[in-house]
Amino acid sequence: MSTMPFKAPEPETTRGQASIGKAVKINGQIYSKEDLYVDGDVEGTIELQEHRLTIGPNGKVHSSVKAREVVILGNVQGNVDASDKLEIRKDARLVGDIKTARIIIEDGAYFKGSIDIVKPEPAKSPGSPAPRPPQSAPAPAANAQGNAVAAEVKR
Amino acid sequence: MITERLRGMLRRPGGASLPGAAVFTPGHPSSATKLFDREVVSTRPSRGLEQFFAYLRGQAGLSILDLAGASQENINFITSLGHRLYSEDFVRSLDDIFAGEDQSNAGRIDQFLRHNLNFGNEEFDGVLVWDVLQYMAPALLTATLDRLRTIVRPQSYLLAYFHSDEKAQQVPFYSFRIKDQQHLLLTQRGTRKPTQIFNNRSLEKLFQPFESVKFFLTREQLREVIVRR
Repeated sequence: MSTMPFKAPEPETTRGQASIGKAVKINGQIYSKEDLYVDGDVEGTIELQEHRLTIGPNGKVHSSVKAREVVILGNVQGNVDASDKLEIRKDARLVGDIKTARIIIEDGAYFKGSIDIVKPEPAKSPGSPAPRPPQSAPAPAANAQGNAVAAEVKR
Repeated sequence: MITERLRGMLRRPGGASLPGAAVFTPGHPSSATKLFDREVVSTRPSRGLEQFFAYLRGQAGLSILDLAGASQENINFITSLGHRLYSEDFVRSLDDIFAGEDQSNAGRIDQFLRHNLNFGNEEFDGVLVWDVLQYMAPALLTATLDRLRTIVRPQSYLLAYFHSDEKAQQVPFYSFRIKDQQHLLLTQRGTRKPTQIFNNRSLEKLFQPFESVKFFLTREQLREVIVRR
């Protein structure tokens, strides 16, 4: 049996990313070129183009948010633009409009606003011929379960 | 072995027991008691749901309003059809704003409408009302329907559910999730006291300002109503 004192591991949520602690209040614009964990108060805008933003359980964000991926455990009031994915966890609260490719919302989360699913355009490989315009397809039929075939709308 | 004390805890007011159910007293959300962390889930066909989406078939890019709070299933289903979904949580808002107080208070009615049905110039192509209307007192209900009429595009539809047991003091409190175009996942989260119980005649009168009303009476004593604006 080890006699060394136990050292609690560093919280997963703040490892390898910038963080704003729960005692911090920021009023202004935040731009980050790395993942960001916010557990304090932020009023303004938060933008992380290609990175992940996590709003911790104590986080209170009153701003628009733009990131590749957004995870909300706290409180956000403002529009959220998550190009890849948005997660709203169980006790989280989001009031605002959402634009994202994918959304996960747990039971118990509170959300008020609109949801637009915007899938990213497929990347064109260099040198490939220009894609043909799509032929008009027949009207989609319901499958055996009565589900309609999905259609994508970009706004 | 279940002791007498535990049996007593499992009995709801009125005598009937529903192990694992949460019991709500309207306006007092803090009094909800979750005896066990289990909810009753059932899948049921819904003619009303089928009709609602039949009216939307062949269209994309519509705006659909869901009044029972956001759920993964409903979000996935509506957005997979290419529509935009707006989410409000009427029942939570009722508890927050009225908190057991009289729902005929004009100031609070106005606050409720400003909080829940204030969309600027946005108009909706469909509204999933679910069962929220039966928890509203007459003055609030009338004001809510008046507001819904102004935000729903003409020729669009509302889908609502009402419990039909006129003797019930408490009704099952469901979460409605869309499984597919013909089926719902009903999760019962205890019971709740309805403010009013409606029959066909009273529903016709309630929706009189709208163009038409269609009823489907189902098992579980749920009346499904499609209303055309």
